[in-house]
Amino acid sequence: MLELEIDGKPLQVAEGSTVIEAAHAAGITIPHFCYHKKLSIAANCRMCLVQVEKVSKPMPACATPVANGMKVFTHSELAAKAQRDVMEFLLINHPLDCPICDQGGECQLQDLAVGYGGTAARFQEEKRVVPNKNFGPLVSSDMTRCINCTRCVRFTQEIAGLMELGQAFRGDRAEIMTFVERTIDSEISGNIIDLCPVGALTSKPFRFAARTWELSRRKSVSPHDALGSNLVVQVLHNQVKRVLPLENEAINECWLSDKERFSYEGLNSQGDDGRLVKPMVKQGGAWKEVDWNVALDYAAHALRDVAKNQGADALGALVSPHATLEEMALAGKLLRGLGSDNIDFRLRQNDFSLDGQRNGTPWLGMKIADIGALDRVLVVGSFLRKDHPLIAQRLRQSAKKGAQISVLHAAADDLYIKLFAQAIAAPAQLPGLLAEVVKAVAQARNAPLGAEFEKVGAGGTASAVSTANMETARKIAASLVAGQNAGILLGNFAQQHPQAATLQRLAQQLAILLGAKYGFIGEAANSVGGHVARACPQQGGRNAARLVAEPRKAYLVLGAEPELDCADGAAALAALKQAASVIVLSPFKSAAALEYADCLLPVSPFTETSGTFVNTEGRVQSFYAAAQPLGETRPAWKVLRVLGNLLEQAGFDYETSEQVRDEVLGGKPEFVAGLDNAVKAGALDLSSSSSGIQRIAEVPIHFADPLARRAPSLQATQDAAAPTVRMNAALLAKLGIGDGQSVKVGAGGTALIAQLDAGVPDDCVRIAAAHASTVALGPLSGCLQVERA
Amino acid sequence: MAILQAINPTLTAGWHRPDARDLTRDTGWRLKDYEARDGYQALRRLFGDKLTQDQVIAEVKASALRGRGGAGFPTGLKWSFMPKNCSGDKYIVCNTDEGEPGTFKDRDLIRLDPHAVIEGMIIAGFAMGATRGYNYIHGEVFELYQRFEEAIEEARAAGYLGKNILGSGFDFDLFAHQGWGAYICGEETALLESIEGKKGQPRYKPPFPANVGLYGRPTTINNTESLASIPYILRRGGQAFLDLGKPNNGGTKLFSVSGHVNKPGNYEVPMGTPFAKLLEMCGGMRGGRKLKAVIPGGSSAPVLPGDVMMECTLDYDSIAQAGSMLGSGAVIVMDETVCMVKALERLSWFYYEESCGQCTPCREGTGWLYKVIHRIEHGRGRPEDLELLDDVAKKIMGRTICALGDAAALPVISFVKHFRSEFEYHVEHKKCLVPLDVQKAGSTFHTRLMAGATC
Repeated sequence: MLELEIDGKPLQVAEGSTVIEAAHAAGITIPHFCYHKKLSIAANCRMCLVQVEKVSKPMPACATPVANGMKVFTHSELAAKAQRDVMEFLLINHPLDCPICDQGGECQLQDLAVGYGGTAARFQEEKRVVPNKNFGPLVSSDMTRCINCTRCVRFTQEIAGLMELGQAFRGDRAEIMTFVERTIDSEISGNIIDLCPVGALTSKPFRFAARTWELSRRKSVSPHDALGSNLVVQVLHNQVKRVLPLENEAINECWLSDKERFSYEGLNSQGDDGRLVKPMVKQGGAWKEVDWNVALDYAAHALRDVAKNQGADALGALVSPHATLEEMALAGKLLRGLGSDNIDFRLRQNDFSLDGQRNGTPWLGMKIADIGALDRVLVVGSFLRKDHPLIAQRLRQSAKKGAQISVLHAAADDLYIKLFAQAIAAPAQLPGLLAEVVKAVAQARNAPLGAEFEKVGAGGTASAVSTANMETARKIAASLVAGQNAGILLGNFAQQHPQAATLQRLAQQLAILLGAKYGFIGEAANSVGGHVARACPQQGGRNAARLVAEPRKAYLVLGAEPELDCADGAAALAALKQAASVIVLSPFKSAAALEYADCLLPVSPFTETSGTFVNTEGRVQSFYAAAQPLGETRPAWKVLRVLGNLLEQAGFDYETSEQVRDEVLGGKPEFVAGLDNAVKAGALDLSSSSSGIQRIAEVPIHFADPLARRAPSLQATQDAAAPTVRMNAALLAKLGIGDGQSVKVGAGGTALIAQLDAGVPDDCVRIAAAHASTVALGPLSGCLQVERA
Repeated sequence: MAILQAINPTLTAGWHRPDARDLTRDTGWRLKDYEARDGYQALRRLFGDKLTQDQVIAEVKASALRGRGGAGFPTGLKWSFMPKNCSGDKYIVCNTDEGEPGTFKDRDLIRLDPHAVIEGMIIAGFAMGATRGYNYIHGEVFELYQRFEEAIEEARAAGYLGKNILGSGFDFDLFAHQGWGAYICGEETALLESIEGKKGQPRYKPPFPANVGLYGRPTTINNTESLASIPYILRRGGQAFLDLGKPNNGGTKLFSVSGHVNKPGNYEVPMGTPFAKLLEMCGGMRGGRKLKAVIPGGSSAPVLPGDVMMECTLDYDSIAQAGSMLGSGAVIVMDETVCMVKALERLSWFYYEESCGQCTPCREGTGWLYKVIHRIEHGRGRPEDLELLDDVAKKIMGRTICALGDAAALPVISFVKHFRSEFEYHVEHKKCLVPLDVQKAGSTFHTRLMAGATC
């Protein structure tokens, strides 16, 4: 510990602290612009100049390390003059267009100018004007306002991992820009809007939508990925105008992914694909807007009639993994009240063979904050940067601190993480590849392995793992063995894999051998909550795959768009179309639902209802509505409760969503009970029986859920580009097609564009899912026919 | 090129340049010529006598050699800052990014005696345990970069560079790096950034390069002339070098004299030589005109009125006492035909143009200074402008990451201080105190242009 004195106040700080950190810890404010606790020190704004005893020049507090016995004065004449002088410099070329600036009211420059600025300008010369840049659909630029603090530059480089911004030119001609007119394509680019201390970078979707002080601010929780980022939802006239991060060091730190930040646009979507605001019932093939009581009566009758006439097993429920805990619990209770266990929320999962084998609820296997403490990480089957932008960010930081991060996957996307090793193989080879790692670790640890591993390894590789990959697998094993605190993370792709159970068993074996933690990075906001709410079969009911493959007579669809959200969208669509009755509870209309459904019930998105998400680390996060329900929309938990009443089921007397939650969780614990990834030992499927062209299907970040799909700005980003058929040069040549040419894919001959991608393994095509143009291709995995168009 | 008769020149002894504009006619710079005048003897002595690193550093400390790049920091002391007993690479970097207006000594050193610099770098590398050296050469002198590369090749072929130099077991290699002409890259940490392939912007210190330098490794950066002085010190001893100059100001030094003298050029004189003597060596004032002002140490040094300068001797201490800096030894002489407002306008333009834009006071302040001076020069000055200039300059001073802020501010403060009446005249009369035709008559550029010269 070091001792110092700031403004006469004696303090103790840790070795290596800077003066500004010491001051902040003691609650002493030092004005600053370029300093940010999460970014490297630039010391370029000079606003934090303070006086240090025995130093003649004022020193930047952000870059001055504390020395023992140091005396710092933040408000002395020398310090205050230096700060005022810097403010004068900052303002001479600033346009002072606060009345028309979106940053007005939450602008660091504006705030500090009140305290440190002069009342009149001495600068009588012509002011600098900087041309604005097109940074893409999310970030708006007014570069004349820029004070060149380079926070945005450092963010792209250090946090987002790719230096998309830089400072070009010199002196007062310096400009922050992208490399020759490029847009900013990072999946976490929106954070530069928060970081910008002036109005140079503002939100494009929010531009001129409101003055910030008019907005009411409500806490909420992100409904997208399984991180459960904390949000501040800002509302004006009952409409969500903006979403900002609520700092939570244990979860999202001070960041948000762009999906979490800008998806609110979907809340205000209109038209045929937009918000559903009135209950609708299909009568004689024509849709009719009806009153709630009519619609609810219809839905209750439809479900009861099918259960009565065709048996309860003819009912099925497909629940979105983005639904709240309360909605999931009530949907399950309702269905089971009707006598059916046919409910699932794991819509994109293929392999359900571990159902009934689990000791508890599958989860991350560790706290999110603990990810940063791992010194060895193996990520298996994950489009990590797009599926979990902020977990990727955490791993990016730990890699910089020396953690060895390795990846086994089917696509060589650049994670912008300094990887220790990466092995890319066709999906069918992924279990074999992981088995190689397990075997090498077992050898290093002198641990015995089961008979099924005999075929693994040199000479008898069961799954045709390439020599290079085998070498990489051994390298990864050596790295894992050498670590003190290893972690194995199974991503969305591993969870959706047809041999997901094998992958999990291998990961479990590896974790046991290493004494490591292992777990799943949940796919959706309530991937853990769904298990807790029992929104999946409990007594041998049909799981998501069977609900699609073995069509039911009646479906209850909660918040999902099965054609896009299921593992086999085409089959899901067919199953729904053949059903006698499909009751859809959704905040949104869609052309598909209008075709297959016969009753549409407008339910609230996350901003218009109270509810709970259980994030991937099992953390219970409840939230309140941020806005009134739009039109005749009602919170889904209330709709399900009334349906329960209409179906004369017992135990549907809830007055609040909290009662539902408390019933499910037995109160409001910080973390849910029963988190356990362990599965009973079972057979490993290490066969690699694939012949033909395998499909690799990622769910692109902005196609992943109905809300993001309806946010126009997100849909305008590079990440939302229409799916192509990506393959390597060898396959292109084999098929006799060129990069950019049209190809026919699948049995239906869907026309798509071929694209060269050297990161795709041999004999594989990578075609994104969750997009209307690829629904017809069917399953996310397996083999596909591809030929010249 | 005139050398003071009284001493043996050390830095310029081998210079032979029959035609200043034709490099191909230079002789005496090749390895054989350098060896013929005791070149690489210092290195041989070092290995022959099995000197230790500490002994070499002690010798350099005894010489009172002070950094020739401008700051005048004792070279031996700087070398002693390098961490000892640390594993991994350490670097020695030679700063030949000679961008200071008025300075043109290092380019002649590289051109006419490159092996002196190479030998100096090898010795420095040995003294600090460096494994590699870089010479960062200014962007505008590409031919000299090529020459230096050629000299490195000669040295490497002769076994002075590479593995196991002269059988001593010491490994050291040297590389030249071509700059691209940014003044800021002469700032040592911006120079390191530039070598690393980044935009040339100074780093905040601490950490200092001796701890975290090139590629994050311990690094020492020395000026070309400093390094070229090293072989003499090792050959003849630190005391001999010190005796060339005066206490605390060892050795001889190159002065780049430019401006209104009859024979502008590089002059090597012992430290402590009276300025009047140097002026005499340069053939006196051109056209016998009166000396008006001198910038004694490159454009960032404060200007001194002619009469003050005539009383000074050329060493760090004397000029500092007079209120300026010896700096890089670029002596800019101005006669009575100079309009000081116009001169300052040009200087301020330079700093405005060369500010890297990183930190606020310099980025915003240099432009403000230039714009105000430009206004005064063009007859749009206001009475309050002089106070404003002084105030803005002082707001930049000492508030920036690197010394460019000070370099931009010092000329402004000193010009306004010493020649205030000229600025006031400008503001009041909307024109120069020195009549325009007198200014034109004093300008070589102008008179040559009038005589039909194309350049």
